[in-house]
Amino acid sequence: MEREVQRVRAAFRSGRSRPLTFRRQQLKALRRMVQEREKDILAAITADLSKSELNAYSQEVISVLGEIDLMLEKLPEWAAATPARKNLLTMLDEAYIQPEPLGVVLIIGAWNYPFVLTIQPLIGAIAAGNAVIVKPSEISENTATTLAELLPQYLDQDLYAVINGGVEETTELLKHRFDHILYTGNATVGKIVMEAAAKHLTPVTLELGGKSPCYVDRDCDLDVACRRIAWGKYMNCGQTCIAPDYVLCEPALQDQIVQKMKDAVKEFYGENIKESPDYERIINLRHFKRILSLLEGQKVAFGGETDEATRYIAPTILTDVDPGSKVMQEEIFGPVLPIVPVKSAEEAVRFINEREKPLALYIFSQDNKLTKWLIDHTSSGGVTGNDVIMHFMLSSLPFGGVGSSGMGAYHGKYSFDTFSHQRPCLLKSLKREGANKLRYPPNSPSKVDWAKFFLLRRFSRGKLRLLLLTLLGVLVAVLIKAGHC
Amino acid sequence: MDPFTDTLQRLREAFGSGRTRPAEFRAAQLRGLGRFLRENKQLLQGALAQDLHKSAFEGDVSEIIICQNEVDLALKNLHAWMKDESVAKNLFTQLDSAFIRKEPFGLVLIVAPWNYPVNLTLVPLVGALAAGNCVVLKPSEISKGTEKVLAEVLPRYLDQSCFAVVLGGPEETGQLLKHKFDYILFTGSPRVGKIIMAAATKHLTPVTLELGGKNPCYVDDDCDPQTVANRVAWFRYFNTGQTCVAPDYVLCSPEMQARLLPALQSAITRFYGEDPQSSPDLGRIINHKHFQRLRDLLSCGRVAIGGQSDESECYIAPTVLVDVQETEPVMQEEIFGPILPIMNVRGLDEAIDFINRREKPLALYAFSNSNQVVNRMLDRTSSGSFGGNEGFMYMTLSSMPLGGVGNSGMGRYHGKFSFDTFSHHRACLLSCSGLEKLNAIRYPPYSEWKQQLISWALGKQSCTLL
Repeated sequence: MEREVQRVRAAFRSGRSRPLTFRRQQLKALRRMVQEREKDILAAITADLSKSELNAYSQEVISVLGEIDLMLEKLPEWAAATPARKNLLTMLDEAYIQPEPLGVVLIIGAWNYPFVLTIQPLIGAIAAGNAVIVKPSEISENTATTLAELLPQYLDQDLYAVINGGVEETTELLKHRFDHILYTGNATVGKIVMEAAAKHLTPVTLELGGKSPCYVDRDCDLDVACRRIAWGKYMNCGQTCIAPDYVLCEPALQDQIVQKMKDAVKEFYGENIKESPDYERIINLRHFKRILSLLEGQKVAFGGETDEATRYIAPTILTDVDPGSKVMQEEIFGPVLPIVPVKSAEEAVRFINEREKPLALYIFSQDNKLTKWLIDHTSSGGVTGNDVIMHFMLSSLPFGGVGSSGMGAYHGKYSFDTFSHQRPCLLKSLKREGANKLRYPPNSPSKVDWAKFFLLRRFSRGKLRLLLLTLLGVLVAVLIKAGHC
Repeated sequence: MDPFTDTLQRLREAFGSGRTRPAEFRAAQLRGLGRFLRENKQLLQGALAQDLHKSAFEGDVSEIIICQNEVDLALKNLHAWMKDESVAKNLFTQLDSAFIRKEPFGLVLIVAPWNYPVNLTLVPLVGALAAGNCVVLKPSEISKGTEKVLAEVLPRYLDQSCFAVVLGGPEETGQLLKHKFDYILFTGSPRVGKIIMAAATKHLTPVTLELGGKNPCYVDDDCDPQTVANRVAWFRYFNTGQTCVAPDYVLCSPEMQARLLPALQSAITRFYGEDPQSSPDLGRIINHKHFQRLRDLLSCGRVAIGGQSDESECYIAPTVLVDVQETEPVMQEEIFGPILPIMNVRGLDEAIDFINRREKPLALYAFSNSNQVVNRMLDRTSSGSFGGNEGFMYMTLSSMPLGGVGNSGMGRYHGKFSFDTFSHHRACLLSCSGLEKLNAIRYPPYSEWKQQLISWALGKQSCTLL
């Protein structure tokens, strides 16, 4: 492992990853990989998550292709220097901010969307000119193996490496020094990653999770709301970091919500959900048992069937859930939707604010004012109103958490910026040294006044106007005099 | 008994009440800060003179004026900065409202250093207040005069339910760091930066670390030695060298060194007179500990200029060292004093290799008449910031962020960058409930026609949407 990390670092030092043409070439190669080896990639994802190929394509591959195309299109613009506004003192100088690669980036992927959550950050890191080490999640083993096979066949083998392994290997890897680490996963491991990063003063982006609340107002189109919630909740068998984790609504709405979600589930997966090719399974036995234990003592309004042999858990809804119960203590990450009754939007806000800041917040309401009010009085990584998940899909929006749901963000330009150092540059000439005499000691009160003129914003504008007027006056005088001659 | 619990609890409750969020409240705080600077200018200058023997000129241009500018900029732009930022939408979200909401994090901790005790405490404060946070300020206990003014006078100008100054040394700071903050901005050494980040880890608190390092200053053969000497000397000896972005050491050829030395001597004499110790424009070392440290560095290499010191005043003369070895202490640690070692290199490439063998510095300077040389240095190195034929004058530009990279730090601030640093950028997408039929495409079951439609629609454009 030591050798591989050193090799990647040496490759970065060679400067090969920096020219834009090289970065474009690598991104295009990555796109070719996704297109040419689609079958292998889909097979790996479907094997890991019991997912249909179409779901794997639409949930993961599409996002990756979209991101690559976006990078290719925008790279010249994003990699270019941005001029900075100058003051009087620096008027004749060149001032700009130049994006630069950081160096060697470590990307630690997650198992729930094993392809996109590893490759999308990779795209940003490559676009920003870095060398990258990718550590896919060992839990989604097929994808991990496939990535290790495919990436070296298409990308520069020295600059981009895949290192596979479990907890032990990851701990070993984290002892090395990186220039940025992006980790997707849970808060516990997030802290371990940040702690390791602190030893080397490595900046981190942590995409964590939490319990994403979904507030359903009485004034909303309940049919549409329940269909969208069901879609977002049961997608990938609930194993989505931004899935609506639980619902908050007035007690009177519970029954309606249960009924309408039941209808939506039937519409999506048919009478025999187990047979539906579109319904996934829980990733492994440990998580299966974990989710099962959350059902204990709960009022199951709908669903609740399980099958350990296939790690199947039916789309499930719990009603009248007690906020103190186990299912409300941890991120569910499964197809179980608790409904916690609240008396009002105010109570919902109190409930949400008593807890850790979530990765996502969902609000279903036709009342725009109420929606804005809810947003104003809470905090979360992101928000989608009258839908779920969708803010993830717009690449012009940053994707990231706040508080214990994470720090930093990526997607689109945010990826590029996350993996770049934005370096301010001021270029002066060696000429016109006379003008500098103003700043050198020995100092005097008049020098302080001049300093204020050039530096103090308020002062300089007023005085500048005066100066301009004076100059104008002089000009007029000269012109008049010239006219007389 | 933890002395901070009550204060922090109070601030947290105030934040929870929403007091700091309206623009009027934030503007009132900023105006209060502006008044503090205007009404206590003499007091602050006195404190700076007491702490660092800082001249009124230096106090003005590098501390008070900078703070005033930041306050004015924030007041002028507050509404614009606070506004929700619209973002580009894709085909499927055309009818939705997509924007980024800037939100305060909550409770912000600012841990400040002693070298620019007004600037490096109050400029971050401007950003944190403008962004709507409650703030805990921990000024440096080493710059005692300024600490006193900040602790006793500043709170009178701000709403004390949302703002507190806490005092103490390393032990108290350690205790403070056990508490949860929603953001921490620290300015200081990399060593302490690691401690801060490790403490922040326990609560998953994001941080901005403004650290330091050895800022190289490359002087090409193709340049006018006197001009270069003027600029380098000014930026080196400003604040008696106690500046995180000061040129730390010079890299040049032996021939250039021979021309540079008399030019440096000339600049120093012009700036500070024949007897720099009596110049009102030269400051002093902050305390005896640093004085001793710097005096020890004087025995590295050979003193070409200066070298005098006076313990009773913590005075060290503007000094230039030559014949320095890379392994000597003066080339191992950030100098942070009025000592400028010159290392010889045989040209630009050797200078670049020298720089790249070491930690990424906070600032990097290159002096040359040739644009090509300056740009090559820029392209082949990395640093927090870069000055070509100039020192840290970019610090006066609020459009340029201040921040490090690698060992010299993470994150950045100044001007709008401060506001953005202390804000959570919350992605918001507000959909309408209508037009649900259009959504039919994304719901299971995925029949043959749906599969084809999705693949076709999304193959046609680069949108990342199901």
